[in-house]
Amino acid sequence: MRYLMLLSGTNPATPPPPALYEAIMKLGGEATEAGVLLDTAGLLPSAAGARVGLADGKVTVTDGPFTESKELISYALYDVRSREEAIEWASRFVKLHRDLWPGWAGQTDILQVMGPGGGG
Amino acid sequence: MDNYEATRSAIEAVWRIESPRLIAGLARITGDVGAAEELAQDALVIALEQWPVQGVPDGPGAWLMATAKHRAVDLVRRRARYDRKLQEVGRDMEAQAQTLGEPDVDKMDDHIGDDLLRLIFIACHPILSTGARAALTLRLIGGLTTSEIARAFLVPEPTIAQRIVRAKRALAEAKIPFEIPARGELTGRLRSVLEVIYLVFNEGYSATSGADWTRPELCAEALRLGRVLAGLMPRQIEVHGLVALMELQASRIGARTGPGGEPVLLSDQDRRRWDRLLIRHGLAALDRAEQLGGAPGPYVLQAEIAACHARAASVNDTDWERIAALYVVLAHLTPSPVVELNRAVAVGMAYGPGKGLAIADTLTGEPALAGYVQLPAVRGDLLARLGRPDEARAEFTRAAALTSNERERALFRARAAECRPAGSQDTDP
Repeated sequence: MRYLMLLSGTNPATPPPPALYEAIMKLGGEATEAGVLLDTAGLLPSAAGARVGLADGKVTVTDGPFTESKELISYALYDVRSREEAIEWASRFVKLHRDLWPGWAGQTDILQVMGPGGGG
Repeated sequence: MDNYEATRSAIEAVWRIESPRLIAGLARITGDVGAAEELAQDALVIALEQWPVQGVPDGPGAWLMATAKHRAVDLVRRRARYDRKLQEVGRDMEAQAQTLGEPDVDKMDDHIGDDLLRLIFIACHPILSTGARAALTLRLIGGLTTSEIARAFLVPEPTIAQRIVRAKRALAEAKIPFEIPARGELTGRLRSVLEVIYLVFNEGYSATSGADWTRPELCAEALRLGRVLAGLMPRQIEVHGLVALMELQASRIGARTGPGGEPVLLSDQDRRRWDRLLIRHGLAALDRAEQLGGAPGPYVLQAEIAACHARAASVNDTDWERIAALYVVLAHLTPSPVVELNRAVAVGMAYGPGKGLAIADTLTGEPALAGYVQLPAVRGDLLARLGRPDEARAEFTRAAALTSNERERALFRARAAECRPAGSQDTDP
């Protein structure tokens, strides 16, 4: 089963510590070696993006940032056997932030991807 | 109790992630895969008792490892004492008891990769039957329960349980060392590992029996095993070849089944439904294999063939000449009537159905293909394209009678029904 993980949050004023990057790379390496991490990348702040909307038949284009929600920070695509396994990997990821970047607050949303492995 | 259930599910998830490395590390301490699995299970039982009450520890993997290690050391010491008491002191055993008496537990974490690889090699040891190897591999490296394996292979649970018990006993009795095979036997042993992983994949990809045409979760399991192995043996060209082959084949799973669950053949698949991410992974794995250089083995060649399909926008855009040529090389490496039959298909596409049929016709007396569903299926297709509907219908009818897959049978019956006498048929480009 495939799960899309979306990390969003609010970064503290302090810069992200290099140890956090290091730990994230290590965890990503473990997930890759376990054969479960299919894809992952960080996202630039939404100020660099745009939003294309449709309302009342009208297509609109709005420049970022999208201030009404927390910034999306990264995404990851996992292939695991269960939702609980996805939760376990996401928990490990969030705990790295807790341990290595004091003041950081945020969340990982876990969404199951439609596909032949279930959820279709 | 909801909270209890939630914790239980969380523990099972941790178990699946951690158990292969846990068992691998313990097998090195105890030298016995069966004992290692039992120790790991013991740690799981303790976790199931404690965590729902005390909460899941912060590093659940490390917790399981520490708990199991303590028990492993106890076990080894107990055994050593027992051995001494029995005074069965052949010099070998004494030496063994001493080395086992004080295992270097702290070093365990440094060897995880090697240990996991050792575990894979022992689970796929050639003294075991392929069925036993597959079950043991899914159990020890895939972290599947016996009942999950039984469901995956559509056999009763006690059958799988017995297969696993016997396999572990056979390994212990044969005193198979917990080692990575020496250089001289590595190729053969690796072939056995790759064979097991591909068997698991195929069991999911073309369910040989039952009502389902594919069981995607079994394919996913094999893919994960393959990726793990590729991480452990990055210099082995055929490992990347197998991973590439599986990723590319798996990319078509979504398109291989119609809305009613019926099979859709490659030529009729909506290629927009192919999984681009898996294709990208597959082509990347094939690149890695090619960059390693050296002569391509059977998995790399099959992956090359799958890549020809993956790169083609349609059946007609497919480089069938290249596929036919790749089958010649494959037939040279692993001569088999099945490969020859596949070559007949490719030649039929590249150079016309008559040329393809000429090859397929040489296989009709082949004992190995007696009862092989694809032989009449392929001949039926080639005959239909040659405008010989009566013979084609007979072949499809035979294929329908031979298959044990219900979905496939319906497909062949439909194709037989399409074979109308020459002249009454719409022209087929």
